[in-house]
Amino acid sequence: MNTLLEVGYLLTAVLFILGVMRLRSPATARSGNLTAASGMAIAFIVTVLKYHSYSWLLIGIAIIVGAVVGTYAAKKVRMTAMPQMVALFNGMGGGAASLISIGALHSSWSHGISTPGSSISALLTILIGSISFTGSLLAFVKLQELISGRPVTFGAQKLVNGILLAIALILGLAMVISGGKHDFLTLTTYVIIAVGLGVLVVLPIGGADMPVVISLLNAFTGLAAAATGFLLANNVLIIAGALVGASGTILTQAMSRAMNRPIQNILFGAFGKVAAGEGGPLAGTDGVVQTASVEDVATILAYSRNVVVVPGYGLAVARAQQEVRQLMEKLNQRGVTVRFGIHPVAGRMPGHMNVLLAEADVPYDSLYEMDAINPQFPQTDVVLVIGANDVTNPAARNQPGSPLYGMPILNVDQAQRVIVLKRSMKPGFAGIDNPLYTNPKTSMLFGDAKASLSQLLRELDDV
Amino acid sequence: MLSHLLIEVYIFVLAVFVGFQLISKVPSVLHTPLMSATNAIHGVILVGAIALASSVHGTLDVSIAVAAVFLATLNVVGGYVVTDRILGMFKKKSAERPTE
Repeated sequence: MNTLLEVGYLLTAVLFILGVMRLRSPATARSGNLTAASGMAIAFIVTVLKYHSYSWLLIGIAIIVGAVVGTYAAKKVRMTAMPQMVALFNGMGGGAASLISIGALHSSWSHGISTPGSSISALLTILIGSISFTGSLLAFVKLQELISGRPVTFGAQKLVNGILLAIALILGLAMVISGGKHDFLTLTTYVIIAVGLGVLVVLPIGGADMPVVISLLNAFTGLAAAATGFLLANNVLIIAGALVGASGTILTQAMSRAMNRPIQNILFGAFGKVAAGEGGPLAGTDGVVQTASVEDVATILAYSRNVVVVPGYGLAVARAQQEVRQLMEKLNQRGVTVRFGIHPVAGRMPGHMNVLLAEADVPYDSLYEMDAINPQFPQTDVVLVIGANDVTNPAARNQPGSPLYGMPILNVDQAQRVIVLKRSMKPGFAGIDNPLYTNPKTSMLFGDAKASLSQLLRELDDV
Repeated sequence: MLSHLLIEVYIFVLAVFVGFQLISKVPSVLHTPLMSATNAIHGVILVGAIALASSVHGTLDVSIAVAAVFLATLNVVGGYVVTDRILGMFKKKSAERPTE
């Protein structure tokens, strides 16, 4: 009977790996997800076949309710709300890992069969899983704007977190040594501290840093799953957890590199506060901002040969994705090539902007990564920047004093002309002036992105 | 006992390497579905929850385990459905409807 289980799990691990391999290309990605899901189905079936239990009715109800709620939420969620949905599902996984370890540890205590090894695995899972659970829930609450997305900071934050972590480690050590005699209260305290740490870690992190946090929490849940695998001697959990831990780590690194902020900076220093002092007065001391009318922009676009659109999260906030796609189609009909240059941190989670554009039927072969589009800017007639700011700021390249200096940006200032659709001259998230706006090549079209684009679409018919 | 743990560590370390190799080749266009797919993959924790739920006794332990089953199911099912929805939207130009 165990052989069936182990062979099933091996098959699952292989299908997971094949599934992720197929996620490397948009053409095969959907089947890759199904491959991984079929691996999951196999693991589920062999597990159910293995165990004989008196609790099947309860387990069955939990599975059915979970599946119905999960499907409903996944079908209903709007694509702009995808980051918080992923955070929420991620938190559920972390919570499950933590609960499994609490249950297994408690049960092993009451049977007097706990070993130091199993206790360490369990306590580690409880710590990581609980941080992931409450951290993800708080990320959800912030992104859903149930509370303000602003960083919440207080003076001795790092110290408090450090002390709590130290207490948790001491309690954990005590439980490992005692082997669980009369330790129920200690375990409860340990769980409460772990749960509290999740909240405290995410509280000081602002909305725009969420791509990093979500990646990091994803890695955490992966590690919690792997640690549960050690606890239960379950290889498929170890493999799956390691895969997810690696993927979360890579994405976290990629995101913090794209934001030009070391990960400890994001976790421990609230960005808005750091940069605010260096922001300075609005809009260029050494240049004039040129504005353009909708008619001007329509004419410029209609008579160019190739256009690169640089979308930022402001585009999604204005819900103007459909208008952008229509603009692309209209320009294509006139023989203008339209491509999209997408910064890695555009949106609220890694790759979010690509999803938002795909939802509006923009074909994925028009979407270009930063490294692919940057060499193309000098040969580009017009760049249309919509709702993006800091990721186009040339100060990141040429002003060593700027807080953005060193951040990889889209070099839109190298194009022949730049048109910026923007609500007002307010600086971007980092609170830093953008010299792009006073560049003689640049024209600003002020207003709501959706309204401006709709007018632009009408004007294009008359050009 | 020790050798058993050692084998598990082997598996973990090798899987981490496989993970790094696999994921570093995913283009940033697909980072959101990648994240949501790997998010669903760690939902395999469900099998651990089922294993625990069917081996423990006592109201407290069973309740904890059943709650874990519920959370893990949400994670798995929600994760795969949402990833499928995202990937269903990625279309290539050639697959587009003919130009109106």
